[in-house]
Order: sequence, then C-alpha cells, then structure tokens
Amino acid sequence: MSTPSVTTPSRWRALTHHHLFWPVAVLVVLLLVNVPFTPDFFSIKMTDGHLYGSLVSIVLFGSPLILVAVGMTLVIATGGIDLSVGAVVAITGALACSYISDQADQSALSGVLLAMGLGLLAAVVCGLWNGFLVARMGIQPIIATLIIMVAGRGVAQLITDGQIITINSEPYKLIGGGYWLTLPFSIFVVAAVVAVTVVLTRRTALGLLVESVGGNAEASRLVGIRSMRIKIMVYMFCALCAGIAGLMISSNTSAADGNNAGLWIELDAILAVVIGGTSLLGGRFSIGGTVVGALVIQTLTTTIYTIGVPTQTNLVFKAAVVIVVCLLQSPKFRAKVFGAKFGAGSGTKGSAKPATAPADTAPATEAAPKMEVS
Amino acid sequence: MAEPRPVLEMTGIVKEFPGVRALSDVDFRLFPGEIHALMGENGAGKSTLIKVLTGVYSLDGGTITLDGRSVRFGSPLQAQHAGISTVYQEVNLCPNLSVAENIFIGREPTRMGRIQWKRMRKEAAELVDRLGLDIDVTAPLSSYPLAVQQLVAIVRSVGTGDSDGEGSGTKVLVLDEPTSSLDRDEVQELFRLMRRLKDEGVAILFVSHFLDQIYEICDRMTVLRNGTLVGEHMVGDLDQVGLIQLMIGKALDQLEELHDHQLHSDVGETLVKAEGLGRTGGIAPFDLEIKKGEVLGLAGLLGSGRTELARLLFGADQPDSGKATIGGKQVSLSAPNDAIGAGVAFCSENRKTEGLVPDLTVRENIILALQAARGWTRPIPVSQRDELVAKYIKALDIRPANPEARVGQLSGGNQQKVLLARWLITQPKLLILDEPTRGIDVGAKAEIQKLVVSLSEDGMSVLYIAAELEEVLRLSHTIGVLRDRRLVAQITNGPEITTSRIMETIASGEHQ
Ligand SMILES: Nc1ncnc2c1ncn2[C@@H]1O[C@H](COP(=O)(O)OP(=O)(O)OP(=O)(O)O)[C@@H](O)[C@H]1O
Ligand SMILES: [Mg+2]
Repeated sequence: MSTPSVTTPSRWRALTHHHLFWPVAVLVVLLLVNVPFTPDFFSIKMTDGHLYGSLVSIVLFGSPLILVAVGMTLVIATGGIDLSVGAVVAITGALACSYISDQADQSALSGVLLAMGLGLLAAVVCGLWNGFLVARMGIQPIIATLIIMVAGRGVAQLITDGQIITINSEPYKLIGGGYWLTLPFSIFVVAAVVAVTVVLTRRTALGLLVESVGGNAEASRLVGIRSMRIKIMVYMFCALCAGIAGLMISSNTSAADGNNAGLWIELDAILAVVIGGTSLLGGRFSIGGTVVGALVIQTLTTTIYTIGVPTQTNLVFKAAVVIVVCLLQSPKFRAKVFGAKFGAGSGTKGSAKPATAPADTAPATEAAPKMEVS
Repeated sequence: MAEPRPVLEMTGIVKEFPGVRALSDVDFRLFPGEIHALMGENGAGKSTLIKVLTGVYSLDGGTITLDGRSVRFGSPLQAQHAGISTVYQEVNLCPNLSVAENIFIGREPTRMGRIQWKRMRKEAAELVDRLGLDIDVTAPLSSYPLAVQQLVAIVRSVGTGDSDGEGSGTKVLVLDEPTSSLDRDEVQELFRLMRRLKDEGVAILFVSHFLDQIYEICDRMTVLRNGTLVGEHMVGDLDQVGLIQLMIGKALDQLEELHDHQLHSDVGETLVKAEGLGRTGGIAPFDLEIKKGEVLGLAGLLGSGRTELARLLFGADQPDSGKATIGGKQVSLSAPNDAIGAGVAFCSENRKTEGLVPDLTVRENIILALQAARGWTRPIPVSQRDELVAKYIKALDIRPANPEARVGQLSGGNQQKVLLARWLITQPKLLILDEPTRGIDVGAKAEIQKLVVSLSEDGMSVLYIAAELEEVLRLSHTIGVLRDRRLVAQITNGPEITTSRIMETIASGEHQ
C-alpha cells in the first residue's frame, strides 16, 4: 500500500510540518512587532560585565513560567492538569524567605541552602498530595489540584503572617536576580531543568510511558504500566518545578508575597503547553514546544508594554493573540484559510513527518476543508 | 439483473496521505437494490474509499455522483443527510451513554426543542427488536461486549432513514467489517436485515474478510489491491480461489495447508491451574487447567463469558472467588501486573479502547508491554529495540513496514497485527488471544493460525478465543465450552469432534 511518493521532498513542506514550526513562527513575528516601537530591540549590550537587552530580559522574566510550564507539560501529557502550581510558587517562596528572615546571618550559605531545601520539600509534598488524590483516589485532576490552588495561598499567608516578608540575602538573590558568566543566573537554572527533563523523559522510558498513559489509560493498564506511580511522580515533578520557580520569583524581588507571587501562573503555563503543541487530551508531549510556548507568552507580555497597549485592553489583546496562535495550529483552519498547501489532512507529497504535528493530537485528525454538497 | 442507473458512482478517486498513496484512480459504482462487496487485503484502501465517500477525508481527485448529481461531502453528517448511512470499521459510539442515546445521537426526537426521552427509548427498543436483539436500551453501551456494540452501531445506521426530520431516507448503506466480531446467529440476523433493505431498493456496500459471507450475501464485488482497482465482478462469475488471487496478486496455496495439519501431541505439565475462579456478574466460578504447549480454545455464543474468563485469568478484572496458580506459584490476579509478571499476555478483542495507543508510533506500541515490564528506568537499548521491532514487523507483515508510522493511521487489520506483535515480543508462557484474527485478511489469518500452531509447538500455552468455531476446532487441543457465563464442558479435541458436536454442547449446556 505504501506507494511512496517519489517527488523530491520539498524542504518547505517538511519545515511547515515540523511540530515546532508554528510556535516558532509566532514567536519570531511577535519579536519583530517590537522593532518599530523599540528600534534597538535585538541589540544586546555589555554593561558592568553583564549582558543587557530586551531578549535577555524576556528570557529572564520568562524563566519562572518556563519552569512551571515544563512541569505542567508532563502532567498534561498524562491527561491531567495541575491548577495548584501558582499556590505552590507562593508556598515555596514564603517558606524559604521566612526561614531566611529568621536567621541571624541572612547571607550564610548553609542557611540559604537549608531554606531552599525546605521550600522545595514543601513543594514536593504538595505534588505528592496532588498525585495521591488523582492517581490513588481517582479524583478528577482539575478538582484535586483546585484544593491546593485555593488552600495553598492561605497556607502561604499563614507562613508569612499575612505580611510581605522582605529579606536581604546575597546568596539567595543569585537564583532569581544574580548574574553568572555575564548572563542572568536563572537562565542557567532553566537550562539545567529543561535538560534534566529532556534526559529524564527521552533517555529513559518515562516519556513513552507517560504518553501511553495519557494516550490510552485502559490500554496502558492492560499492558502492565504502573500508571499510578507514573502519575504521582509526574505531579511531584511538576510541583518541584513550580517550587524552583517560587524560589526564583521570591529571590528576584527579595521578598515573599503570599498573595501575589505566581498569581495566575497556572493559566499562562497551561497556555504555554498548548501553544507548544501538547494536546490537553494527553498523549504526545513536546518539552521544546513548551519552552517556545512560554517564550511566546513572555514576549507577548513584553510587547504589550513596549507598544503601549492601554492597560484596560491588556488582557483582551493577549487573548486575541492566543486565539490566533491556537487557530494557526489547527490544520483544519490552515487548510481553510491558506488552502490545502498548509493543511495537514489533505497533505499530498513530501517527506513530512506527521508523527508529532501539534494538532495531530486532536481527536479529529482527519481534518479536511469543509465543502458543501453541490 | 437488468442494469438500471447506478445510485452511486465514484470515478477516478485519488487519496493521498503524507508518504502514502492510499487510493489511485479508483472507480466504484453501486446499484440500487444490490449488495456489493468491497474486497482487498489489509491496507488495500477499502476503509479509505468509504471515508472519502462519506466526507471523513477530503478528496484529492475524482468525482462522486449520487443519484445523478455530483456531490462532495464535507462531513459524515452531510453524507448521512444525503442518504448515505455508514457503520465505520472501528465502533465509534459513546460508551457512557445509553444504547438508546447512542442510536439517536444527533437526531433525537424532539418536541418544541426538548428531547422526548420516552419516545426515543420506545423507538430504540423497536429498532433493536427488528434486529432480533435482546438488549436493554436504557443500559449504558459500555456494559455490553464489543459484538453488541457493533450491532448497536448497525442499528443506528439503519435506523437513520426512517426517523422523521432528516427527510431523504437511506439510499446507500455502508458497512465496513460489521461482522468481524459477530457469531453466526447475529450474522444471520444481520443478513436478514440486509436482504430486507435490499428488497426495499437500498444499495449496500459491504466489507468483510469472511469469504463465505461474501458468497452468501453479495451480488457483485469490487476488488482493490494496493489502492488500485483490479476489477469489478458479479459474485457468481468468480470463485474464491480466483478472488484471493485477485486480492493478493498471486496464487495462494498455503491457505489449504492448515486444514490438514496435525495437532502436536507433546503437551507438557500443567502451567495454569484455576480453582473456583470467578467473579459475580462476570463469570461463575470455574476450574481450568492449561498445560504447557497446549492450545485451549473457548467456544460459546455471544455474551457466554469467553472474554470474561480470559480477563479474569489476566487480572484485567479482579476475581472475587477462587485461586489460580501459574507455573506452580499462586498468583493473586488482582491486577494485570500480577499476571504479566507470571508470564501471561492478553491480546484484547477491543484493540481500539483496550489495545493500542493511537498517537504513538508502531514501534512504540510494539515495545510497550516489554518496556512496561522492564520499568521506566531501564529503556530497551536502541539497537535491540529496533531489531526486535523490525523482526516482528517482518514476521507479521505489518504494512506499511514503517516503525515511525502512527498506529492510528494504519488500516484495521494492520493495527491488529501490531497488537499481536506487542505481546509476542514479551515471549509469554501463556498467550491469551481474544479474537486475534478480527479484521484480518484471509492470507494473514492463515499466517496467524500457523503462528499459533508453531508457538504451541515451541512450548507456549495459548488460550484462543474466536467467533468462528472452525478456527477454534482447528487449533485447539482442548475446547472449553461456555454458556450463560458458565464453563459447562471441556472437550478433548479428536477426530470425532466436529463443529456440530460443539454446537450441540453449547445448546444443551452439558457435555454428553
Ligand atoms: N489517516 C491516515 N493517515 C495516513 N495513512 C493512512 C491513514 N488512513 C489510512 N492510511 C493508509 O492508507 C492505506 C489504506 O488503509 P485502509 O484503512 O483504507 O485499508 P483497508 O483496506 O480498510 O484495510 P483493513 O482490511 O485492514 O481494514 C494503508 O496503507 C494505511 O496505512
Ligand atoms: Mg478497513
């Protein structure tokens, strides 16, 4: 049956079918939009041995979101969702900061390390709780994680006594606000977490098993996959990522704000995952896509400021862009607007690798242009 | 038959998927009041032709004429409104809705915008009755086995035309392998219904890999091979041998081979022993022994508990009484893991919901069971993995032979082979095969049966379930007969055992 088409593979087609094509294209367009408003948008300057520039700041400010979104990707791939990440960000920051603020010497490295350990431990416990509710008790992920989403901020408030705790600790400042080798230190943290995640999922069989559980839970059970363990692990990992993001945010401001730290970050993270091409239905996931997705969101936020969108219409503008991105990823939409050339379903020839085309994970793979009965 | 104008005419149909030309320049026509078989090997393009017709896929070339008017459907719903009712190969219903809701989904009887539940249930019950089915239309669909779900899908499609509202009524009925998991009796019911619709002037497109069924019910057939048309014939003009030759493009003689094969006799010591194993609502407690290298076939009617028995042995459902030992060790069977650990493998009859992960590739699906057993920390080394996958793709002739292809895009029969490969690769001690040849073409079916024989010769025990009694009889050393969710007899196969003898046992419920 597979009469392979013999036409020369069109590079362009292969490119447009790559699962990162549309997210990256949107990112590039968003970046370019800034140029008329900020002519030196792409320039990077060296001051005091630190690199500065819009691109650097986008990555710097986007770091917590990337972290949270990477963890969220795995949860979503199992067919779940984690709404509690914002609260976990707050708890971790609150715990670490309040511990440091209690120290006589806030800059003592041992104290700072202990504080971070404590914060991350709390995060992982939150993840364990989520995982337990979802995998063991069989509660809908959206409900299970709603518990910490709501209660977690209260806990964070309790830890900080309802105050904003400010600290003055040099070592702690490093994670979210410091520099190393001319670059913001957070960039290295993010790179490390992303690398570890990729290795953990793709060099072991974890990624495959996660995708299997998310792609068909019953089949996975019958094949002997211990999905309970895998789900618990994934929720713990997601919370750990949120915890690191929590440290970063509180470190950047040298303060813990139980109310506002990481507020709504879960929504941005879910968006980033979706823009990156991972389906909310679970199954196939792409860490690379998520990183690009998070950068798209951060760039969007930056763009809103640079082009001076009035604050009242801020969210509407953001929503509009998100809608466009999501539409662009739908083969059905592309086929309708740009003709069959870009549509996946009616794709004709070429060496396109349909394996992970983002919208291919949607249930209606057989997307086709609608035609009327003539 | 005087040839009136065809009700449906497809000419020069082309459909391409990235890297695959599924249909090239195919012509197909369908006359009113005929039953027309669409034949071809697994992956020949039968389902694709159907999906192109009903608007599931868009057309890359060619024209479709319905009743003399050129049409092109944007969605299956449009096709349905134009009078083409379809039962797709993979049952596509909502398991958590009731049978009645499934039958009427999308066209519920309404009054002033509100659904008339009572009327819907009544009409559903009538429709189900018409097919001679005894099922409760208010129960959720998932409470019925796959075969019943398939029948509900059929009821849904034939019921489409005569409920009010939509108008046109069914002109064309498309059935893509509707009989793949049905027993004889249901097949006969279905055929009765098909004949009646045929007499009413409905044109029926029928796909099946059971050649006997084709010869029993069809008037005309169109044969596809590798996405091209090889011919259209009246059924009477072409015998089975000729048909097979057209389908695979060469003569096939190994098909006969299996009929006179000898069951090997070196059956070893007991491998599996179940004592009083049972589950309320599933199957009554039963005693069963499977020896090393033995093929145990299960016979029984639809809903007699064959699948339930298999699921208990695998731990897919938890037994609530009795115990089981495998290889001398007691196994708790509280989850599939327990059974898998003891060397049991289970190929579900329901490859779509209980078998494959459609988004993953052929390779990933094949290694899944083996990988799950190794745990996530020990991935199968790449070279070993690729070698294994290549070996089984070749052994089972999975097409396209591309380990990177997404399983969801394979033809039904090839998906079934992927599922088989997944478990064969684990080299189990007991292989449970629930309808392993479902949707598999004649050639491949013989291959799989031969495989079962050779596996058992090498010492693997096999629990074999198939709707076709001949198939069970041909392969099994022992035949377990089930009736009303009870294992009523275990018959040692021998020259004097015939299918009618087993039918009698099934009917009487006891071994004479
Ligand atoms: N959505 C899809 N994407 C890519 N390839 C596809 C898709 N659907 C079908 N194919 C390919 O088209 C070919 C024809 O498949 P089709 O399902 O029509 O076969 P079939 O004749 O129905 O086989 P079977 O008897 O196994 O059901 C196969 O090679 C299959 O892999
Ligand atoms: Mg098919």
